[in-house]
Amino acid sequence: MASISLRNVIKKYGIGPKSLQVIHGVSAEILAGEFVVIVGPSGCGKSTLLRMVAGLEEVTGGEIAIGPRVVNDLEPAERDIAMVFQNYALYPHMSVFDNMAYGLKIKKLPKDEIRRRVDKAAKILELSALLARKPRELSGGQRQRVAMGRAIVREPQVFLFDEPLSNLDAKLRVQTRLEIQKLHRELGITSLFVTHDQVEAMTLAQRMIVMNAGRMEQFGTPDEVYTRPATTFVAGFIGAPPMNLVSGQARDGHFHLPSLALDLPDSATPGRADTVLMGVRPEHLRLAEEGWPITVELVEVLGAERLLYSQLGDQAVIVRTDDSTLHPKPGDVLKVRPHPGKVHWFDPGTGLRI
Amino acid sequence: MIERRPLLDFVSHAVVLLGILVVAFPVYLTFVASTHTAQEIVQAPMPLLPGSHLLENYMTALQGGGSGPGSTAPVARMMWVSLVTALVITVGKIAISLLSAFAVVYFRFPLRMLCFWAIFVTLMLPVEVRIGPTYKVVSDLGMLNSYAGLTIPLIASATATFLFRQFFLTVPDELVEAARMDGAGPMRFFKDILVPLSSNSIAALFVIQFIYGWNQYLWPLLIATDESMYPVVIGIKRMISGGDTGNEWNIVMATAILAMIPPTIVVLAMQKWFVKGLVETEK
Repeated sequence: MASISLRNVIKKYGIGPKSLQVIHGVSAEILAGEFVVIVGPSGCGKSTLLRMVAGLEEVTGGEIAIGPRVVNDLEPAERDIAMVFQNYALYPHMSVFDNMAYGLKIKKLPKDEIRRRVDKAAKILELSALLARKPRELSGGQRQRVAMGRAIVREPQVFLFDEPLSNLDAKLRVQTRLEIQKLHRELGITSLFVTHDQVEAMTLAQRMIVMNAGRMEQFGTPDEVYTRPATTFVAGFIGAPPMNLVSGQARDGHFHLPSLALDLPDSATPGRADTVLMGVRPEHLRLAEEGWPITVELVEVLGAERLLYSQLGDQAVIVRTDDSTLHPKPGDVLKVRPHPGKVHWFDPGTGLRI
Repeated sequence: MIERRPLLDFVSHAVVLLGILVVAFPVYLTFVASTHTAQEIVQAPMPLLPGSHLLENYMTALQGGGSGPGSTAPVARMMWVSLVTALVITVGKIAISLLSAFAVVYFRFPLRMLCFWAIFVTLMLPVEVRIGPTYKVVSDLGMLNSYAGLTIPLIASATATFLFRQFFLTVPDELVEAARMDGAGPMRFFKDILVPLSSNSIAALFVIQFIYGWNQYLWPLLIATDESMYPVVIGIKRMISGGDTGNEWNIVMATAILAMIPPTIVVLAMQKWFVKGLVETEK
C-alpha cells in the first residue's frame, strides 16, 4: 500500500509554439489504501493523467510520487503498480494461467511462488476452472476478471483502472462494480480508477476527482461533490439530470430574472447583488400551491418518478417529482418551491461556488 | 441458401473438370513419361498409361550415371542443395523481415519513415533488375558455387517486411503497454508476444517463400556452375542438351516429378495455417 502524490502535474504534447497542453497543473494527495475515482467527460485528460501515473506517458512538468519515491523517470515495471486496461489487453496466445503469470515469470519468481499467487488470485476471482483456457474462449466478464487477476498476482502498491467496465453490458457492469469494491475491501490496495460514468464514480469512490479540460474541478467524497459542487461544471456533470442553473440577481429576499421575481427561502442568499447563477437540483424543487411559476414543455415518465422539462421565465429548468397523482401536460403552469438549504450560488464569470 | 438449378450445376462442374484437366494432364504425362524407357517415349503416339520402368528410372535419376548427352549428376544431391537453399532463403527472409518490421513499427529512430520507404521501393526492383551488379559482388566475394552465394542475395525481402509491418500495425497498443507493465523489454515482447501472434503470417510466408526459393532459376543458373552445387531446377535444365531425341526424357521427367514433391509436401502440410494466415487476423 502506498500513497500517490500528484504535484502540479502538467502534460504537453509537442514542443514550442505548436505544443498542445492537455493537463494544466493537477495537484492531489491520494492516501494509502484509498479508492479514488477520476471522472470527467471524454477528452478531459483523465486517462492521460492515469497513464502518467502508470508511466506510459511522460510527465512534462511537476512530480508524481508513489509512496516516498518520485517516479517521473521510472519505467512502468519499476513503479510497483498494476493496471487494468479498457480492452483488457490479454495476450491472446497465452492461457489464462500464463497471462497472469507472465509478469511474475519476467520478475524471475520461483515456479511454486508463481503457482501459489496465481491460484490464490484465481480463487478470489473464481477463475480456478478456467486457468487452461485461452482468452478467446472466455466471455467478456471472465476476460475482465483475468485482467484483474493479472493485476492482483503482482501484489502491487497501486492498482490503476482505465475504464475497465465500459466494454461490459449493463448487468455485468453492476456486478463487476460490486466485485471491485469487494476486492478493494479485502486487499486494501490504493486504487486509481478512471471512468466517464458518474454512477460508477459515485458508487465506487471513497473520494473522487472531477476533471474538466485538463483541470481538476473538485476533489472530495461523492457526498461532498454532490451536495456542495465546487463549480458550475461539477454541478452540471454530477447528477442526472444535471443541476438547474438560473441566472439573475438576488435582492431583498427575491431572485430577479428579467421578467420575473422569485421569492427565496430565508436562508438562501449569495451575499452579493450582481448577476449570479442560482443552482437547484431537479429533486430539490417541489410542486407546491404557491411558489415559482413554471411552464411544462415535456414530461418524461421514468416509472417511480417523472421529469418535467419546463421554462422558468426565459430559462430552462428540470423538475423531478415522485408525485404520481399529478399528470402534468405540456403547456400546464405549475408552482414549485426550492428545498430550503438546497440552493447553491455560483459566480457566472469564474463558475466558482460562492 | 438453397438453390436448385440443374443447368448451372452442370455448367459449373464442367468448368471445374475442364480446369482440373488442363492443369493435371501435363503433370500426368510427366509422370507417365517417367515410367517408360527413353525409346518408348519418343515413339509416336506416346504411351498414355504408366509403364513398368518406374523404380529403375527414379533410381537412375537419384543416383546419377544415366547415359544422356547432358549432365548426369545425381539428383539426390541436387535435391539436397535445393532443400538447403530453399530453407535458408525462407528462414532468413522471415527472420530478417520480422526484425525489420519490428524496428519500423515499434521504434522511433531518426529517418524511420525514410527507411520504411526505402524498403518499400525495393519491392519494385526484382532480382532480375539488379542481377548484373549483384553477380559482380557475389563473384568478387568468392561466393560462386556456394550455399552463401545461392541464398544471401535472395534473402532481403520487402514483401515480407511489408506484410509483417501491416500485421504489427493491427496489434493493439494496449498489448504493448500491458507487456511494459509486466516488465517485458522490447526483445522479450518481440519473442514472447509478437512472434507467437504472427505465427499464422509466418506460416503463410513460409509456404510462399519456400516455393519461391525452391523454384529459383535465373540466379542459380549464374551462380551454380559446378555440378555438385546444382539445385534440382538447374539440374533439369542441364540434363537437356541439343535436340529432342538424344535426351533421356524418362530420367528428365523423373527428375521433374521429384522436383515437384517437396513444394507439394510443404503446401499440403501447411495448408491449414497458410489459408488462415492470408485470411484471418486473430487478435
